[in-house]
Amino acid sequence: MSNARFIVVIVLGLALVILGLSVFTVDEREYALKFRFGEVIASDYEPGLHFKMPIVNNVRKFPRQILTLNNPPEEVITAEKKSVFVDFFVKWRIRDARQYYVSTGGNEVIATGRLLEILKADLRNEFAKRTVRQVVSLERTVLMDDIVVAAAETATEFGIELVDVRVKRIEFSEDVAESVYRRMRQERATVATELRAEGAEEAERMRADADRQRTILIAEANREAQQIRGEGDAISAEVYARAFDRDREFYAFYRSIQAYRSSIGLTGDLLVLDPDGDFFRYLNDAGGAQR
Amino acid sequence: MAWNESGDGNDPKGPRDPKDPWGGRDQGPADLDKIIRDWQRRLRSAFGGKGGGGGGGPAGGNTGIAIIIVLALVAWGLTGLYRVDEAERGLVLRFGDYQATTMPGLHWHIPYPIETVEKVNVGAVSRFEQTSQMLTGDENFVLVDLAVQYRRIDPIAFRFNVRNADETLDEVSESAIREVVGKSTLDEILLENQAEIADRTQDLIQRTLDLYEAGITVISVNLQKVQFPNQVRDAVQDAVKAREDKERLRLEAEAYRNDIIPRARGQAARMREDALAYRDRLIANAEGEAARFELLLAEYQAAPEVTRERLYIESIEDVLQRSNKILLDAEGSGNLLYLPIDKLLQRQTRGAEGDGGSAAQSTTSSLPQMREQSDPRNRDDARTRRTR
Repeated sequence: MSNARFIVVIVLGLALVILGLSVFTVDEREYALKFRFGEVIASDYEPGLHFKMPIVNNVRKFPRQILTLNNPPEEVITAEKKSVFVDFFVKWRIRDARQYYVSTGGNEVIATGRLLEILKADLRNEFAKRTVRQVVSLERTVLMDDIVVAAAETATEFGIELVDVRVKRIEFSEDVAESVYRRMRQERATVATELRAEGAEEAERMRADADRQRTILIAEANREAQQIRGEGDAISAEVYARAFDRDREFYAFYRSIQAYRSSIGLTGDLLVLDPDGDFFRYLNDAGGAQR
Repeated sequence: MAWNESGDGNDPKGPRDPKDPWGGRDQGPADLDKIIRDWQRRLRSAFGGKGGGGGGGPAGGNTGIAIIIVLALVAWGLTGLYRVDEAERGLVLRFGDYQATTMPGLHWHIPYPIETVEKVNVGAVSRFEQTSQMLTGDENFVLVDLAVQYRRIDPIAFRFNVRNADETLDEVSESAIREVVGKSTLDEILLENQAEIADRTQDLIQRTLDLYEAGITVISVNLQKVQFPNQVRDAVQDAVKAREDKERLRLEAEAYRNDIIPRARGQAARMREDALAYRDRLIANAEGEAARFELLLAEYQAAPEVTRERLYIESIEDVLQRSNKILLDAEGSGNLLYLPIDKLLQRQTRGAEGDGGSAAQSTTSSLPQMREQSDPRNRDDARTRRTR
């Protein structure tokens, strides 16, 4: 009885193992190829549980998702013979698993390697037709589309669909970059010089304007001042004239003796006099008779 | 192992949820021991070792095995329990075939290896930043700091369509910003259109992601910082400084203007006041002198001879008082007369130095007044002539 039970257990175990070997699952993200002794006999599997014969069949799975292929910076030459480094990535997916397996052996490295060769050649062609400026700006999308179109045919032969090719970076080689930096610095320097010159211009304008205002202010003040002084001169002259005109002879006498007083006999003067003068008439003769 | 595979990796809490029924595993080693012992016993009995409990043993083994199987089944079943967080959605796959999307809460799936669950965080707004140097349309370099916020809006597309969808977004963003910047000039990027550039970048990223059906929605794209590259930064700073210099020069000129114009106004006022002073002084002097003359004239007219004589003699007296004098009889000067005038003058000045005080005292009081009156006028006349 224990023998029979043992055998049952063994058989059950074997059945489980065989069952395990004859099922396989296909994920939402996978394609599966079923082979019979190396020949592909089925490729259109829905996701889920499927059966195969152990030993006779084997199964290989390939990704169904969009995959990324990153390429290290690639040196290419543009139409104006500038060397630029282009960094791009490729979005691709397996469209036909059977063809993919047949043409690449199912090896992703081989598949992408082939794809890259084609893409790089296309990229060189496309860049050689364009200037840096065109590549950088205007025709970038067009460029990528062109490359996709050019490489699509080859990709189809590999059972691959090229979803997208996108240029990530376009970098100049070091010496070209340095010349760009130099130009940018020069541009900034030009701006700086212009700004400073504009500042000097404005400052000079303002100073000149201020100087003009000052000159005018003073000139106008001078005009007014001279008028006022003239007024003073005129009025005082009139006052003097009116007063002195009353007796001209006495004015002459009066003014003369004032002038003597103020001009003669200042400290240090030495007068050499002839005592014949009117002042000295009593010096010689008490009668005052002139000699 | 089933739990590790079903965890989606986005939520590290998921696979190691403390509530998960791994409790069953703690008893695992004990159960295994028991099973091994059972097998050994059975093997021994199978190969003729009849010494073991012939009848009772196997019957006890039967119930033991049943219990073990039931326990194992329960433990296995419990591994199908999983929790979906508020922000997450669970994707149930049966043998890799998508079955259903489960909402937040506690759920059960047929345990591994039949069904697995992958969780995708659809609520969280993820964010990443990129800083990179790129070329503008006019072949300048610019450093752009880009921040992208996104949500995994469609869990099915996010999981199934693109391998490494998050990384893809990163690459697509870099490509998009470079393309948009490449279509703009440096001035546009630095000064004007940062918001527009961000919008266009967002649009381009979204279109590309839609092309891949990546299940990601970009919520916002921001240009955090746009700068000149380090290699030109000193020149840029100099340009900024130049702008300041310009302003400084303007302010200096303004300061100059503010300095000289009020001073000029002051000077103008001074000139006017001086002129007014001159005029009024001249008039006052004239009036004063005229009045004095008129008063004297009245007296003179009353007694002309006497007054004239007196005025004359007083004046000469005054003059002679203050002077050194030599009287020469003109009649007697027929002979040659030698006068050492320079010596006389020398002596005279020495004498004046000696008793200058008394000499000053002896002058009449009317003289200094006269001089005071006349001297300034002469000065003013001279000045007026000069300024004219």
